[in-house]
Amino acid sequence: MTLAAVEVTANYYLVLGALLFTIGAVGLLVRRNVLVMFMCVELMLNAANLTFVTFAHELDDVGGQSIVFFTLVVAAAEVAVGLAIIVAIFRRRRGATADDLDLLKG
Amino acid sequence: MEFAIFVVFAALALAGALGVVLGSNPVHCALSLVVTLVSVAVFFLQQDAQLLAAVQVIVYAGAIVVLFLFVIMLLGVDKRESLRETLRYQRPAAFALGAIVLAEVLFLAGRTWATGASSQRGSLDAPVDGDNLNNIERVARSLFTDFLWPFEITAALLVIAVVGGVVLARRSGQPVELLDEADDEAAEEVEEEVRGHAEEGTASS
Repeated sequence: MTLAAVEVTANYYLVLGALLFTIGAVGLLVRRNVLVMFMCVELMLNAANLTFVTFAHELDDVGGQSIVFFTLVVAAAEVAVGLAIIVAIFRRRRGATADDLDLLKG
Repeated sequence: MEFAIFVVFAALALAGALGVVLGSNPVHCALSLVVTLVSVAVFFLQQDAQLLAAVQVIVYAGAIVVLFLFVIMLLGVDKRESLRETLRYQRPAAFALGAIVLAEVLFLAGRTWATGASSQRGSLDAPVDGDNLNNIERVARSLFTDFLWPFEITAALLVIAVVGGVVLARRSGQPVELLDEADDEAAEEVEEEVRGHAEEGTASS
């Protein structure tokens, strides 16, 4: 079997989605810049979207693609509100890293 | 051919994702994010989701990343961030948790997962009522019949997000009208307020 004849099955996409999700999750935990943390959340949402589309294709069901629309809307709303919060925090505290937000620290 | 496209864009997607996590400049992170988003759009195209591929490029790469870049430029946070961690056990704990998540998801992906009956919400390529619908028509049919109620709630969610964004991003403690007036006194008051906040911020940190 030549390399060009390899069939791309659903598992390829699922594993790729798992890898993207993990990279996003680790980035969310590791980074301290709030903006980059938001980008990592977007990565995780995209991995979930890829999984939805893969299952829609695999099960021949258009419902998976419809759900991705709602994920997109939630992501857009989340970014709009989140960035507004970041702007408000930055205006008050002159810093946009998670370490600056220690008001609850005992 | 399909496999070659998959390998190339999978490599690009992973490289972009790693660029987001490892880049020290937020602008570079945002640009790496675009690479990943466009690669995912290619995977959508490969799996008969033409409409979603277009929406992915327009909404994600065109709107969300631009919003990120606007905020980066607006706040001037495009300076380099040190990636060194100050908490002692945070880094190993983060990687351990990441490994657990990856193992879990791969465990699920590697099993016989396809237990559901196919085509609960309509097929992706079978003819409907004798017509050969395209992808947009199929998704529209699903959105406006099965998912009509969630679709309407989505409108409310977007309005709430817009109002919330405006309320949060305007200067706190100042009525909106005050900022719109060209009144010098009001402008000075605002300046004072902002300077006070800035000093508070530097004093407390």
